[in-house]
Amino acid sequence: MSRTQLTASQLLDQLHRGEVTAEAVADDFLRAIGDRNTLLQAFLHVDEDDILQQARQVDTRRRRSEPLGPLAGLPVAIKDVICTKGQPTTAGSKILANFRPPYDAHVVERLRAADAILLGKTNCDEFAMGSSNENSAYGPARNPWDPSRIPGGSSGGSAVAVAACLAPLALGTDTGGSVRQPAALCGIVGLKPSYGRVSRYGVLAYGSSLDQVGPMSHDVRDCALLLEAIAGHDPRDATCVDHPVPRYAQRLDEPFASLTIGLPREFFAEGLSSEVEQAVRAAVEVYRGHGATIREVSLPHSKYALATYYLVATAEASSNLARYDGAHFGHRSTDHRGLIDMYCKSRGQGFGAEVKRRVMLGTYALSSGYRDAYYLKALKVRRLIRDDFDRAFAECDVLLGPTSPTVAFSLGERVSDPLAMYLADIYTISGNLAGLCGISIPCGFSASGLPIGLQLLAAPLEEEKLLRVARLYERATDWHLRRPSLPS
Amino acid sequence: MSGQTLTLDEVRWIAHLARLELSEAELEMMTRQLGAIVEYVAQLQTLDTEGVEPLAHALPVSNVFRDDVPGEPLPVDQAVAAAPDRRVTPRGERFFAVPAVLE
Repeated sequence: MSRTQLTASQLLDQLHRGEVTAEAVADDFLRAIGDRNTLLQAFLHVDEDDILQQARQVDTRRRRSEPLGPLAGLPVAIKDVICTKGQPTTAGSKILANFRPPYDAHVVERLRAADAILLGKTNCDEFAMGSSNENSAYGPARNPWDPSRIPGGSSGGSAVAVAACLAPLALGTDTGGSVRQPAALCGIVGLKPSYGRVSRYGVLAYGSSLDQVGPMSHDVRDCALLLEAIAGHDPRDATCVDHPVPRYAQRLDEPFASLTIGLPREFFAEGLSSEVEQAVRAAVEVYRGHGATIREVSLPHSKYALATYYLVATAEASSNLARYDGAHFGHRSTDHRGLIDMYCKSRGQGFGAEVKRRVMLGTYALSSGYRDAYYLKALKVRRLIRDDFDRAFAECDVLLGPTSPTVAFSLGERVSDPLAMYLADIYTISGNLAGLCGISIPCGFSASGLPIGLQLLAAPLEEEKLLRVARLYERATDWHLRRPSLPS
Repeated sequence: MSGQTLTLDEVRWIAHLARLELSEAELEMMTRQLGAIVEYVAQLQTLDTEGVEPLAHALPVSNVFRDDVPGEPLPVDQAVAAAPDRRVTPRGERFFAVPAVLE
């Protein structure tokens, strides 16, 4: 087994015991990227010299027996909507083609403090808007299980990086499912933390009341390790809660005295592929076999979640993306008549089709005469969606269902039909609207060999329980051990 | 509300509000696609939300205060470094440069 196929925990053990240097690990992953990135397009930017230098510094400090952070020497790939000081941060957009931020995002500071190696910036849908990675201005990342298929989105590059063993860990962002859905479609683990668990400082904003940075990994233990490193209070994000961060990885294997798992009826309704349903139902039986109580619950307002999401998220996006104005950073049209025209042309040239669509929809939903009917109405329905979850969590520890209604679809299949594309997030978006934490873990494969993801949702700030429940399943199964076979 | 679709002129107006220059072809496609999405989201109108408090975000957190202490700001030269056009005055002050706001 090649070293790049190991989990982050296994690599950490080897690094810690001195069996391998950080430089050798970085070198292995750089070589894998060199071999496969042309096909998979997982990375948009890899600064080899900078990466090797980070790794050598960790090795030097280890040789001198200096204290090292918990992720010392471990490469982590970063979604390209997360600011990295002096390194390109394009958000998958032409408008930021040459942008290098003057500061690090909070999560990047945390990774540096943990002595992780920042491995490069991963491909994504433009400004994290999309479910297939096809909205990247730099071309889509491809699914390593079948490169003719989409990897999911918007954190598609991060999911591919981990699944194809180009990085042991990656950060994504999740506004409506953008960590969990690509994790499911690429056969890895992806966690969306509760709203407020992780600071959004330095993360290019899409929907500010929904966005969270989340870890992506081969297994639940690695996911817990990375979450531990990035979670916690940061006064620069006023919505980041001041709440202690548990040692998630330490308690993973603790048994449950009792465990009640809710199956939302609405997550098993029309539109769910039968292969996905079978795999998820089989996972339910694994939990039942381990003594969990299974209970059917109802989230009656689920069917309104997609409409609610596309009003709330786009309204916030239309406001957040106003900063890309050709004045402060990014693309400026050279040919214009005055200031307003400069704004309009720079944005018209710099943004891709989906970003334009969402900015337009959000502008409409907030415009005079329509704000109450659309935006305010959506916020009220959002309350009803949250209330449904509160009732469910009063009687269940976690909720269980599919992450995505289908396995990975083919490139190009849905690009001309935005509504069909939006349906890919149907099971994940309500978790963002309600501020829950959620995780996708591998739970099987379709007949055509494509991964299937199981979604678990828990109440806000219940990540510790969520991870333990996920780990319980993982211990009983071996889906998470599979790696795609790629032409080398 | 249901069944209402957008006209080309409305879409043109929204594009203006959003400060987006769109080609005629884009405007036409946007009219079609936004119309379909607006029709879809209009299903919310069927739901009775009388007396429901809007939920702006999921945390029971509001009015987060911090001590009013001066911090370390981003140095001006770094703040303007990524600007497409910037100027330095003879006294060394650095600015973002934009087309004339008032003609």
